[in-house]
Amino acid sequence: MWEVVRLTIELAGLTTVLLLILATPIAWWLARSRRWWREPVAAIAALPVVLPPTVLGFYLLIALGPASPLMAPLHLFGVRTLAFTFTGLVIGSMVYSLPFAVQPLRNAFEAIGDRPLEAAATLRASPFDTFVSVALPQARRGFLAAAILVFAHTVGEFGVVLMIGGSIPGRTQVVSIRIYELVEALKYDQAHLLAGGLVLFAFLVMLSMLLIERRVGRLQP
Amino acid sequence: MKDAASATPGLSARFDGRQGAFHLRAAFDVPASGFTALFGPSGSGKTTVLRCIAGLQRLEGRLSFRGEVWQDGARFTPPHLRPVGYVFQEPSLLAHLSVKGNLEFGLKRARQVRIGMDEVIGFLGLQPLLGRSTLRLSGGERQRVAIGRALLSQPELLLMDEPLASLDAEAKSEILPYLERLHQLMAIPILYVSHDAAEVARLADRVLLMRGGQVEPAPQPGGPGGEAAADALEGAGCERILGLALAALAAGLEPAKLSGGPSKA
Repeated sequence: MWEVVRLTIELAGLTTVLLLILATPIAWWLARSRRWWREPVAAIAALPVVLPPTVLGFYLLIALGPASPLMAPLHLFGVRTLAFTFTGLVIGSMVYSLPFAVQPLRNAFEAIGDRPLEAAATLRASPFDTFVSVALPQARRGFLAAAILVFAHTVGEFGVVLMIGGSIPGRTQVVSIRIYELVEALKYDQAHLLAGGLVLFAFLVMLSMLLIERRVGRLQP
Repeated sequence: MKDAASATPGLSARFDGRQGAFHLRAAFDVPASGFTALFGPSGSGKTTVLRCIAGLQRLEGRLSFRGEVWQDGARFTPPHLRPVGYVFQEPSLLAHLSVKGNLEFGLKRARQVRIGMDEVIGFLGLQPLLGRSTLRLSGGERQRVAIGRALLSQPELLLMDEPLASLDAEAKSEILPYLERLHQLMAIPILYVSHDAAEVARLADRVLLMRGGQVEPAPQPGGPGGEAAADALEGAGCERILGLALAALAAGLEPAKLSGGPSKA
């Protein structure tokens, strides 16, 4: 059982770190760009919110499968497929949780406004310098919110991990799927333990989110 | 000394560009030293001019400073490469940094340091504020820090966009003396935007008039600019007209003071 919990935390942690790195430039561009195709791009990034996990899982399975053109470059390194692997699971989780990282970051970047960035520019800070020394620290609560949401959302996913991960113990079997299997096998005691743990976890996540939001509200002038 | 400085080219601006319904036509020079006020009613485009000079905004035109071209056709020097200090109308301190962090922000990025931290702190009386969060300052204190921060970025040209407009009377009278003594601290040209004639009269060596997106030279009595100035004063209060008259006096009426205001050099 601890192996399942460890794997779940590993998956959620790795997904969170990688996704924040990936989502930051996307969110920055969405917050600052004035191009007409900004909102279409935002809509694509938000798609995983409304798509059924099975649809996402199905396409990911094909994209990460041996016949996929996306996999062709990896064949050179002896990797035939990422389906039913931990790596594939991380990629799938990142796609699935993308909106949960992009949206809070975009909001945080937009809340900064033009003025602090302009002030930094008149103080000799280059655009990249301004991003690192003004935008990132001023958006830190957005990063915190995004990290909590992505971590929690990854822990809670079921459909996508089932479709592209299967349920291989020690490699791709996570808590949510383990609970499903325990219930099917009528092992209610163990199911209770894991399910109750997830309820407690979800409560702590929501509580911390609300506390962060309240602090943000108080600090705004 | 002042005369020699005036002979070297300062800022040369030739803007002719549109932004929506607004059309900016401004052709003017700012001498390489002294306090120049850009004076005009609200909505006349003063802030736009200042933003274009800083490079925060881009309208068609040509701009050079001390012979160095900042903007011409496709050429456009980004704001962080222009040696300007900018004081915004509302003090725009960086909220994630302390007062000290704000002051150091520009200083750390300056290529050569001509004025140090201690000098600026002493001049503006910032010592008691250093460790404080920017959120715990009064309006006047914030603007003082913003001025100090701009000075510490080692500017060769200081742009100030109505730095007193968002302050109450008490805070205004707190800041004004510092502005009057600025030239003692740093011998750089200052371009100061204001719609307050009394302020302009008190501070400026010379005045540029701005109206409806156009910059006009300060009117000479009976000269061609007089009519425009009379229009600009329509509906203005007595104190304002008096202030403007004083400004015109300082700027143009006495030829001896055209190149240097009284005791401001």
